[in-house]
Amino acid sequence: MPTSPSEPAGRAGRADPAGPSGPATAPTPAPTAAPAAVPRPAAHPGPAAAPVVASAHRAAPARADLAIVGAGPAGLAAAVTAAGLGLRVVLLDAGDRPGGQFYRHPAPGLGAARPEALHHGWAEFATREAALRAHESAGRITYLPLHHVWTVVPVGAAGARRGHGAPATEWILHAVAGHAPEERAVAVTARAVLIATGAYERQLPFPGWTLPGVIGAGGAQAMLKSGLVLPGKRVVVAGSGPLLLAVAGSLAAAGATVPAVVEAASYTAYAGRVPALLRNPGKLVEAAGYGGALARHHVRLLTRHAVTEAHGTERVEAVTVARLDRNWRPLPGTGRRIPCDALAVGHGLVPQLELATGLGCAIRRSPDGTVALELDAEQRTSVPGIWSAGETGGIGGAQLAMIEGELAAHSVAGALPAARLTRSRARLRAFADAMAAAHRPGEGWTGWLRDDAVVCRCEEVPAGRIREAADDLGARDARTVKLLTRAGMGWCQGRMCGPAVAALAGEEGAPDRRPLSCPVPLRHLAELPPAGH
Amino acid sequence: MLKRHSLDVVIIGAGVVGAACAYYAARAGLSVAVVDRGPVAGGTTGAGEGNLLVSDKEAGPELDLALLSTRLWTELAAVLPREIEYEPKGGLVVAPDETTVKALRTFAEGQRAAGVDAVEVAADVLHELEPHLAPGMAGGFHYPQDAQVQPAQAAARLLAASAAEVHLGEEVTQILLDRGAVRGVRTPRRELLAPAVVNAAGTWGGHIASLAGVTLPVLPRRGFVLVTEPLPRVVRHKVYAADYIADVASGSAALQSSAVVEGTPSGPVLIGATRERVGFDRTLSTEALRRLASQAAALFPVLADVRVMRTYHGFRPYLPDHLPAIGPDPRRPGLLHACGHEGAGIGLAPATGLLVAAALTGAAPPLPVHPFRPDRFAADPAAADNPEEQH
Repeated sequence: MPTSPSEPAGRAGRADPAGPSGPATAPTPAPTAAPAAVPRPAAHPGPAAAPVVASAHRAAPARADLAIVGAGPAGLAAAVTAAGLGLRVVLLDAGDRPGGQFYRHPAPGLGAARPEALHHGWAEFATREAALRAHESAGRITYLPLHHVWTVVPVGAAGARRGHGAPATEWILHAVAGHAPEERAVAVTARAVLIATGAYERQLPFPGWTLPGVIGAGGAQAMLKSGLVLPGKRVVVAGSGPLLLAVAGSLAAAGATVPAVVEAASYTAYAGRVPALLRNPGKLVEAAGYGGALARHHVRLLTRHAVTEAHGTERVEAVTVARLDRNWRPLPGTGRRIPCDALAVGHGLVPQLELATGLGCAIRRSPDGTVALELDAEQRTSVPGIWSAGETGGIGGAQLAMIEGELAAHSVAGALPAARLTRSRARLRAFADAMAAAHRPGEGWTGWLRDDAVVCRCEEVPAGRIREAADDLGARDARTVKLLTRAGMGWCQGRMCGPAVAALAGEEGAPDRRPLSCPVPLRHLAELPPAGH
Repeated sequence: MLKRHSLDVVIIGAGVVGAACAYYAARAGLSVAVVDRGPVAGGTTGAGEGNLLVSDKEAGPELDLALLSTRLWTELAAVLPREIEYEPKGGLVVAPDETTVKALRTFAEGQRAAGVDAVEVAADVLHELEPHLAPGMAGGFHYPQDAQVQPAQAAARLLAASAAEVHLGEEVTQILLDRGAVRGVRTPRRELLAPAVVNAAGTWGGHIASLAGVTLPVLPRRGFVLVTEPLPRVVRHKVYAADYIADVASGSAALQSSAVVEGTPSGPVLIGATRERVGFDRTLSTEALRRLASQAAALFPVLADVRVMRTYHGFRPYLPDHLPAIGPDPRRPGLLHACGHEGAGIGLAPATGLLVAAALTGAAPPLPVHPFRPDRFAADPAAADNPEEQH
């Protein structure tokens, strides 16, 4: 059975990089945010005319040749390659350690001796991390962890109108740095930008998905990798995509009982994609590894099934699993309960695009139904001066992300990449597309979404209100549903409910549009340098 | 091609103005269809803050329209679902110095004569109205008639209440004519035949006018809005600095900003609104964000420490003299306009709908319509397309 390590390979846009990205925990915003809501006038007693304190905008590092957003597999590989080719690089990342969502260091103090046991290709990562440190010491890379880039703008766009059509030659990246409430505003200037912002997990809601104990499949994997903790003793793994097998294997190996892996797609969907599979023998070996692990631990694989409801009061106690038709519509009368104390669920990944779409980069529809960036053979976006690599160009996993990062670095440096890089990318992209097509959600999945089931967790909007907006009030897309119901207006800004809202609105899923990639202290905006200065 | 014959009027545009036209036309007994290339509230309505303001309008035809609308919104709030979030919260205009207080006083005199309720607030009383307002203001004026609605909900509920036949996601590609008079519209899916067509296409109203063979110089005037994290009620009214009034009345193409700060029932504070004429440019302007943020913090210092969750922009439909075009177009029989309300479309929608309904039925208009006649720009074609003119 083929599979690919398609965990989030980049740094999803969340303020809390270490936290599990499961539905039960993820969009909960930063503990930081709520207290800030309460006015703290004492701290800033200044007169009305001068509300702006001395600028917190630190001197940016010297203008870089290349600024990279995201230190996951793509961004990290790009950074060390570009520095090796002589470029001055600034690497910004929302997390506190390099590696993104895929490569996670066990928290210090856990005494984990072998992080590689939970990671494919740990050696490839370790090599690059060592190279990063060497380039950093030599002054070739400025690595800025805990820097969340909220927008990228062309120089000159801030003030008077820039001539349209004239490509920008310099970019400013605005970031929120550090932990709340002591965040600083940072601006970095660069000649070229590589967007390696990765992906976040796609969630298709069901009644009960907000119960404690229900977490994202990627979140479960992250908990294991960075905290070495299990989400429960008896964990059902559900959703769709090759990640489920990896998660189930890791959970079982770490001592959890996995009563079932519930996969909505049918693996017979792979049958039409044999050439792409056969060209990736490494992936087949990896898959065989997962399959073997599952067999050893007696894990049952139920294909064309879904968890249609989670039950429990204080936390999840059982799930209902039902058979699906070809279109993912649950078949009446097929539901049965499986007791468990945790559910790890995910339906693949969604590229995190808002920085790129904010710049006007062209997009394409991926075979898995998500929107990805349109990139050329050198990883260039449609906007001159902006490159992208990894999951933003279509979900493909960590190995592909690293190759694309290296290709992008060569392109920015004007150097010719090794032919093997180009060949590997083509091979892995073909594989990723085959996987994506096989796990594309069928339209019938909304059949398990009762009207009373919460869809937007941040604003607590149930499916019924979204259906009313779409069917009775004239909302024909997710944006209008949001305006009418507030679904997607909360802390996660629609990252969690976006695909579901789009499906209920009868839309295929629009690209991310978030002019601010993360919440920004108002003070930081007020203290931006005025135009023309 | 589907054809539909028994209509009295086709309204192009499912924003708040089109919805209000549909509502009042249907209430007058007409058979109505509404057609829009996008969803309900998909254009400027969905990007608005929902201001229903009399405070920012000087005495004149627009203020008369606003005052009529204020009364109509009160009626509508009683019959439409509570989801429209009608809130008669009142406005507070503050002045940083004595000179501005004097200017506001003169401004308010004229408004009072027109029927506006404007109450001068002494500097030491401002904090009773707005406890978190920055210290040091010289004074202000309280406008109890200012109110707010949730604009997308307002449009959607008005449209639903009209019971009009609605065709969304269908772009009007042609205005059908018969011997020079309008007889309906064509979309890729159908023909809608009616003796009257209302152009309520907002910022895109100039395009619809051109389909009918007439000119209407509607231009986009971009605005950014900041939305904070949900907060307890730190801002009670719609609060803005006096220079907002000058910005609204200006025709300058350059970026202007004067923060209007207000809380919402859902918790977030909205901070609007910049004004600049840059065409339909959708790229983020960090300069616009900077100005809004610093002006909002100048009014309410506590806001400096909150987080901005998101920002959005919209394109106000702007006509050179800042008045909307409302009513029949004498150059094209059967064509009516209801667009060009700039930043006041939510507030002015009901009165606009009532005027359009009166024109359609031949009833006496509730207000003089002459200042809003759509052909008033025809004599001055230069005004239509000169982006740099100053007033």
